[in-house]
Amino acid sequence: MQTTFLFTILFYVLSAGGYISYLIVQRKQLHRMASYILLIGFLMHCAWLTLAYSAAGHMPVGNLSETLSFCAWAVAAVFLIFQYKYNIKILGAYAAPMLALLMLAAFILPPKTVADPKLLQKLWLSIHITTIFLGDAAMALACGAGILYLVQERAIKSKKPGYFFKRLPSLELLDNGGYACIVTGFTLLTIGLITGLISAKLYWGRFWSWDVKEVWSALAWIFYAVLLHERLTVGWRGRRSALMAIIGFGVLIFTFLGVNLLLKGHHSQFTL
Amino acid sequence: MSEIILLGLNHTTAPVELRECLAFTTDDTERAVVQLADNPAVEEVVLFSTCNRIEVLLVAKDPGKAVELSKSFLSEFKQVPVNDFNIATYVHCGDEAVGHVFRVAASLDSMMLGEPQILGQIKEAYRTASEKRTSGVILNRLMHRAFFTAKRIRNETGIGDNAVSISYAAVQLGRKIFGTLENKAVLLLGAGEMAELAVEHLVRHHVGRVFVANRTFERGVTLAAKYKGQAIRFEEVKEHLSQVDIIISSTGATDFVIRRDDIKAVRRRRRNRSLFFIDIAVPRDIDPDINRLENAYVYDIDDLQGVIDENIEDRQREAVKAQRIVDEAVIRFRRWHDSLDVVPTIVALRDKVSGIAAVEVDKRIKSMDHLSAADHDAIRNMVNAMVNKILHDPTQFLKKGSCQGDKSIPLDITRKLFKLDP
Repeated sequence: MQTTFLFTILFYVLSAGGYISYLIVQRKQLHRMASYILLIGFLMHCAWLTLAYSAAGHMPVGNLSETLSFCAWAVAAVFLIFQYKYNIKILGAYAAPMLALLMLAAFILPPKTVADPKLLQKLWLSIHITTIFLGDAAMALACGAGILYLVQERAIKSKKPGYFFKRLPSLELLDNGGYACIVTGFTLLTIGLITGLISAKLYWGRFWSWDVKEVWSALAWIFYAVLLHERLTVGWRGRRSALMAIIGFGVLIFTFLGVNLLLKGHHSQFTL
Repeated sequence: MSEIILLGLNHTTAPVELRECLAFTTDDTERAVVQLADNPAVEEVVLFSTCNRIEVLLVAKDPGKAVELSKSFLSEFKQVPVNDFNIATYVHCGDEAVGHVFRVAASLDSMMLGEPQILGQIKEAYRTASEKRTSGVILNRLMHRAFFTAKRIRNETGIGDNAVSISYAAVQLGRKIFGTLENKAVLLLGAGEMAELAVEHLVRHHVGRVFVANRTFERGVTLAAKYKGQAIRFEEVKEHLSQVDIIISSTGATDFVIRRDDIKAVRRRRRNRSLFFIDIAVPRDIDPDINRLENAYVYDIDDLQGVIDENIEDRQREAVKAQRIVDEAVIRFRRWHDSLDVVPTIVALRDKVSGIAAVEVDKRIKSMDHLSAADHDAIRNMVNAMVNKILHDPTQFLKKGSCQGDKSIPLDITRKLFKLDP
């Protein structure tokens, strides 16, 4: 099991190297290689999750190490689908290093189980966790597309094309790609929040307890809801949409880690 | 042994007036290569003539003589005294000539570094020569290596990347903004050679509707017909701002034609879709402040020139890489060319055959313990004698040569037949 984990890390790191070299030297073969390596890494990761699940009898998200690993798995899954669908090749130079770092962090952190294993066996909670993480992953990619959008926009507006102009795709593609990520992410987050409410009712006895975690999650959800609403009604796109995607992801990260580590909400046991 | 010689003149050595006088049409080229090749001092010949260069590529035993001959031939054929073009003419021999051909084919010697047409022109020139059978073993190989090297350079370096003309730059920018130019609506304000060229270029990239607004409506109608577009009156421009995506402007107006507020007013109706302005007019037509608005991009003529300059610098950087590929190709070609000499070929042939014989004899002898050492020697001597006798006639043939004294053909065949070049 440990070997599978190590191999997953190795493949993610190699893939990150491949994507970054692709950014620098722009060879198609490098991109193809990097995506295949990433795919192998992802399959390894799936294998590890299955092994960990059967060993513990519940989803392996009982501590910070496992949570980060699960997070990486979600990002890899969403990225692979997204790459297949939108073909923004350069986004790999953002996603793959992120995966590699998440996994390395997961590897370094101590693997002690803190969360109540009984709780983790519950079905509603499993759905809640999976959808929330996949949603977060989609938003992470939206943030990446937003960053690339701002870089490319700056290159075009400043009238000095430079290094990134040639290497980054068109603004339209980045904007559409980011939007698709946000729509996907928002859908998943919504499902995640609803199942979260249901779980809270089932296992803790009430839907809503004004916990900091809940409040921040709701804030993040509203933030994205506003973003989508504005895009659909008045056509908020481009720069503004990209900035919102980046800020939104910042709120999500804070909800995920900041709240648990700094404010000690009722989810803290998952990230200790 | 035959030498490869190249003489010619190009845009850096000769003014256009001179190049015009010496330029060859396709028909001229056909006749010229045949006439040059008829001369016994010339073994092979290919002639390139484009608007920027006239070059004669020759294979000859005596380079000095061949150069003089070609010069007097050019002078006669084109009725231009030798003295008029002598100073502008460069002569390269051997590796230098080979390198020069590779550079030309790869567009490293072009006026616009990396322009793609030259390779086609060189191919055309070579086709003429090979149809007239004036190119032989050496130039055939040289030209094929030149095409291969040029292709390799195009694939492995960025020599042909990025636009280096205004209309290409406009298309390149448009694609970085819109992804694809398909179905994007274009508005042409005013008229002018450069603006029309840009529109034509966009049309070739399958843009959608084209609107043309001109101060004189008739002119606009004529232009619109050219692009299968629609002419609109100049007063209608502001209403159309909500429908178009790319605006190319080139009017003679002394003040801005489109201002920041005009765009702000239609932003909502456009649902914030991107808007790309190409302002070719001087004085400018488009308020540069529009560039500060979200999803609006304004490029004036200087901005486009800046993009082009940057791209040219990129190409120059890539040319250094390309030169390395050329140098490598020259060395490889020289190796092959040297191998066409008689002695190395005979040596290689003997080495190959006697090597095979020795290996086979050794293998058999090892399993024949009943024979004495003297018997082993006898078998070895017999095999050696056979090798010598078998190779005697081919060796003599290669030494004497045939095919009107051109040894390169039998040498080349021998090398291929016995696979002497790994």
